[in-house]
Amino acid sequence: MSQYLVLIYEDEAAWAGAGPDQWERTMKDHIAFGENNKDSLRGGNALKPTSTATSIRKDASGGHTITDGAFVETKEALGGYYLIEAGDLDEALAVAQQVPAPFGGVEVRPVMVFD
Amino acid sequence: MAGEAEVAAAVADAHRREWAFVLAATVRVTGDIDMAEECVQHAYAQALRSWAARGIPARPGAWLTTVAKRRGLDLLRRDGAMRRALPLLVDDQAEPGPDDLAGGDSGDERLRLVFTCCHPALATEARVALTLRLLCGLTTAEVARAFLVGEATMAARITRAKKKIAGAGIPYRVPAPAELPARIDAVLTVVHLLYTTGHTAPVGDDLVRRDLVERALDLARMMRSLLPDDADVAGLLALILLTDARRATRVAPDGSLVLLADQDRRRWDRVAIAAGCALVREALERRPPGRFALMAAIAAIHAGAPTWQDTDWREVVALYDLLVQLWPSPVVALNRAVAVGFADGPEAGLAELDVIGAEPQLAGYSYLASARADFLRRLGRTAEARGSYEEALLLTENSVERDFLLTRLEELAE
Repeated sequence: MSQYLVLIYEDEAAWAGAGPDQWERTMKDHIAFGENNKDSLRGGNALKPTSTATSIRKDASGGHTITDGAFVETKEALGGYYLIEAGDLDEALAVAQQVPAPFGGVEVRPVMVFD
Repeated sequence: MAGEAEVAAAVADAHRREWAFVLAATVRVTGDIDMAEECVQHAYAQALRSWAARGIPARPGAWLTTVAKRRGLDLLRRDGAMRRALPLLVDDQAEPGPDDLAGGDSGDERLRLVFTCCHPALATEARVALTLRLLCGLTTAEVARAFLVGEATMAARITRAKKKIAGAGIPYRVPAPAELPARIDAVLTVVHLLYTTGHTAPVGDDLVRRDLVERALDLARMMRSLLPDDADVAGLLALILLTDARRATRVAPDGSLVLLADQDRRRWDRVAIAAGCALVREALERRPPGRFALMAAIAAIHAGAPTWQDTDWREVVALYDLLVQLWPSPVVALNRAVAVGFADGPEAGLAELDVIGAEPQLAGYSYLASARADFLRRLGRTAEARGSYEEALLLTENSVERDFLLTRLEELAE
């Protein structure tokens, strides 16, 4: 078995404009997803929007530059993740395609294993 | 003892016919594609020596598979710790059983490899490249030519794709029946490209690479037997049969190129045409028809026309109009422009070529230049036609095509 991180990328502007019905519906979808896939799930969290993000880069003088915002600005931003366990990529994709992401999609990344 | 030439021919033949089978079977032992390729190359090198000394085996594929698998097991034993640290393919059969060493069925093993190479998690270009290389044993340079990209780019693409298969855990198996239809188009694209690569070989002294054409036909037939009700599979098999029916007439006895317009239609393979037409009818029953069914329908019009002059070019253009919508590829657009040139005259064809001429993907494509040259020649614009033939000459490395273009240039000089 391998672990895969399912990264949820969505349009934050669309979420900002979404009404309480949308929030409620998506929350229910996530709960249902969690119940349907509890054997595969190893963890997961929702993240606060990128407006709350802080990025740190090393600068040329060896110090750190701290900036407001996400590391890379994109229309669809990382908004949450699930950690899942699966036998192969097909199994991981079968779980990942059930993840609710009404304003975007998900990216599936195998977790590196160090011996 | 077998003669050197005889052995070389037998090894070349086995390379053409058995590469995919040997590699697919070896992957089951090594669990790693790169390592399996190394083992298969070793087996073919070994065959050259061993067959010269002990004779050519009755079943070369089985011989090669046994040697390649043994090599794999030796490597695993020798470098066990290091090799096991590599990410292994996710296989539905964890340990190689006795059948794996004995040989086994080729079709299923090859399909396993086909579907792994054509997994939707790989970029389309990578799927086709991997399958050409791993199933057909094409060199990276040949795969690069088929894609109109440089060799270094292709080498990087293949390496990246292999790393993704192992690293992301793309499973090494034939998909379940429910998944099959969704996975089929990528496979058919591979088979189709394989066929077009063989139909007019990008490099070399022969116009047609019979090996590739026949491998594509074998794969298309195998897909047909696996999915007898799939319209796209029927369409692709029809397309290959109908186009390949003209194979014997595309090259004159002196090796020079014979255009469709000048081919001896009495020598077309009527058995293949009949089989192809039956498949086209079956494939066109689905609405809307798929791209292979449309291409096969175009090929069927040519196959059914008693002469070039009697070709129903309006119907050909109408089918290309549908095809371009379904499959907006620059090469399809080029073929459509050529058909317009025959339906409405060279002036109209030239205008269509100008529309698609800026397409960067066609920049290195010799057929764009040779199509333009032909229209200009028919319009009597000799100097411009010469320029376009010269451009086409720079872009093809197939000597039969080069000779044809040189002949046209000489005719225009007179």
